[in-house]
Amino acid sequence: MKLTKIAMAGVLAALVSAPPAMADLVFPALSYRTGPYAPNGIPFADGYADYLTLINERDGGINGEKIRLVECETGYNTEKGVECYESTKGEGALIYQPLSTGITYQLIPKATADGIPVHSMGYGRTSAANGKVFKWVFNYPATYWDGASIAVKHIMDQEGGDLSGKKIALVYHNSAYGKEPIRTLEELSKKHGFELMLIPVDHPGQEQKSQWLQIRRERPDYVLMWGWGVMNSVAVQEAANIRFPMDRFIGIWWSGSENDVEPAGDGANGYKALALANPGGDYPIYADLQKYVYDAGKSAGDGTHTKEVLYNRGMYAALLAVEAAKKAQEIHDTKQIDASMMRDGMEALEITAAKMTELGLPEFGPEFAVSCENHGGSGVGKIQQWDASAGEWKVITDWISADRDIVDPLIAEDSSAYAQENNIEERCN
Amino acid sequence: MSTQFLNFIEIFINGLMAGIMYSLVALGFVLIFKASGIFNFAQGVMALFAALTLVGLQTGQVPFSHLINAIFGTDIHDWGPGLPTFLAILLTLVVMIALAWLLEKFVLNHLINQEPIILFMATIGLAYFLEGFGDLMWGSDVKTLDVGLPSGGSFWWEDVTRTWAPEDADYWGMYIDKLDISATIIAVILVTALSLFSQYTATGRALRAVADDHQAALSVGISLRKIWVIVWSIAGFVALVAGIMWGSKSGVQFSLSLIALKALPVLILGGFTSIPGAIVGGLIIGVGEKLAEAYIGPMVGGAIENWFAYVVALAFLLFRPQGLFGDRIIERI
Repeated sequence: MKLTKIAMAGVLAALVSAPPAMADLVFPALSYRTGPYAPNGIPFADGYADYLTLINERDGGINGEKIRLVECETGYNTEKGVECYESTKGEGALIYQPLSTGITYQLIPKATADGIPVHSMGYGRTSAANGKVFKWVFNYPATYWDGASIAVKHIMDQEGGDLSGKKIALVYHNSAYGKEPIRTLEELSKKHGFELMLIPVDHPGQEQKSQWLQIRRERPDYVLMWGWGVMNSVAVQEAANIRFPMDRFIGIWWSGSENDVEPAGDGANGYKALALANPGGDYPIYADLQKYVYDAGKSAGDGTHTKEVLYNRGMYAALLAVEAAKKAQEIHDTKQIDASMMRDGMEALEITAAKMTELGLPEFGPEFAVSCENHGGSGVGKIQQWDASAGEWKVITDWISADRDIVDPLIAEDSSAYAQENNIEERCN
Repeated sequence: MSTQFLNFIEIFINGLMAGIMYSLVALGFVLIFKASGIFNFAQGVMALFAALTLVGLQTGQVPFSHLINAIFGTDIHDWGPGLPTFLAILLTLVVMIALAWLLEKFVLNHLINQEPIILFMATIGLAYFLEGFGDLMWGSDVKTLDVGLPSGGSFWWEDVTRTWAPEDADYWGMYIDKLDISATIIAVILVTALSLFSQYTATGRALRAVADDHQAALSVGISLRKIWVIVWSIAGFVALVAGIMWGSKSGVQFSLSLIALKALPVLILGGFTSIPGAIVGGLIIGVGEKLAEAYIGPMVGGAIENWFAYVVALAFLLFRPQGLFGDRIIERI
């Protein structure tokens, strides 16, 4: 009897400590469903998870290989994010989406050493767009510096092509994320002759009276915002309170979700934000999601965030990961890919209009092709504007491309400095 | 008056208004510390929980709907159009009182005669529990809170103050947020009511007795358990007021719990045991940080107000370690 118990305990211990089945394609998600940034983290995580569930349920996985999503809660905390990375990388992780610029910065050297690709989609270290230096990091389809340049281009369009003598303020989250566009805006300021005002807001940004009084006093012609979480909604509310013209207030794509404008009610009407992809839910893919995920009771969330900007973005991130995995399978002629193969797939990724239509998201995102040199994608964005009465974002421009004459030299300069500091030899030659 | 001077006054007034908002949070800390010697780490989360409950009742949200749907496979979210604001506030108050009662019964009652640090740690646990419970009960979406308070800049004040500047000056007038004015009026009413309650009612006197000496209060028949329920209920009410004011500014979201950070320098400055101290401390911190942000911030890259508030508080501590209005604690060996 005693021996039987010992044997059973041994079997149980073996089962518990057994390595995970390697047959799955492992996609870790460093998500944040708790803490002050949860309202933004949840829809992104839901979109990411639901798309992967759709691929499993509808297609039986990626070319027959099931996807295993491994979620780890970071709370948008950099230390926790690194812990999540360390605790999940051994599961056979193929790709990381840190959803935090701070975490991305920490993971760049770690993931490079471990040989696992990081996709910081529209966030993270901008100069990682230079694939010659950052072999394992990708930030397609656009970077923060593209975003800054796109916003300024839009302002130029509004001003008839001349910004000389104008004043543009940047209200930014006082963190690695918020500081990213400063260098680009400084260069753009020199090029176009506008004055740049820098207005930092400390985490979390619940109180911004000083910043908006300063804006009211100094009267910039336009305000740009690099905010996240509650900072966005407070800024939109304060801008409405001081009657700043909302069509002259433009946020980056992380300051352009429903969460950022709805608390301000009608006051947010006319606020603009950049868009990495089109908002809304009028796409064929939603019929499939309804059938295979929502109706089957397999959705990650409660269904209240579907079709929202951040849900769509999470879904888009998952779509790009899946397409990269397909490409990797194609390149290496195997369904069982590892992280290194996944990286090859990401580097050979090509997203065309026809492919997006085929995937059920016609005209959703931009066309782009990743290459050994360019990990940043096409670097285009649209401008969307909040219609408070309809309660929805409306796209008001076509794709706007970044000013490559400004952005590319900055990327080359910053990545070259990183390469020197870390003794990285440039590749792709 | 020169526009520079008018700008200074504008920043000063807005600092006072911001300080009132900080005081609303600090008051909850003071009430509990005075009556029980507990530094309630959960005060910010209580404000969040109260605001979540209020919005949930106002909008007719079914509590725990996520959990119910996940377990039973249902798809319920709302039970109806929601309650009128006044009724929703009253019901939220009932929930906060129930919370106080449960807290006394299941937490505080078991920690009588424990070291203050144990009680403090219990409130840390309470903060995490309440945050998760609030999430489970009402979800973590950003919620819009509208209780009918006016908000936005006051046109009247702008028009009045515009005339104070020289005629050739391109001056827009001073900005004051009507929501901040409402907060000031509410804070004055709240402090007056609390003062009258503690001075002129039997329960208030019992509260003060407990605050002065637990043992002596017990010896004359005051029920410590009852007093704790009352005091945590009042703190819950103050948290509800703070939650309404802050939630009206930014929407109700989980970052609301971080407003407690704004109350800490106020407490350091005003003292942990004084209601007027919370108000005066809030005003000094509010004005100090806003002036610093406006006049020192540009020289050092900005965003200094968060830490500057602590600098102001610590500077005061050098001269009055017990805070401006706090009781001086002398422990004889």
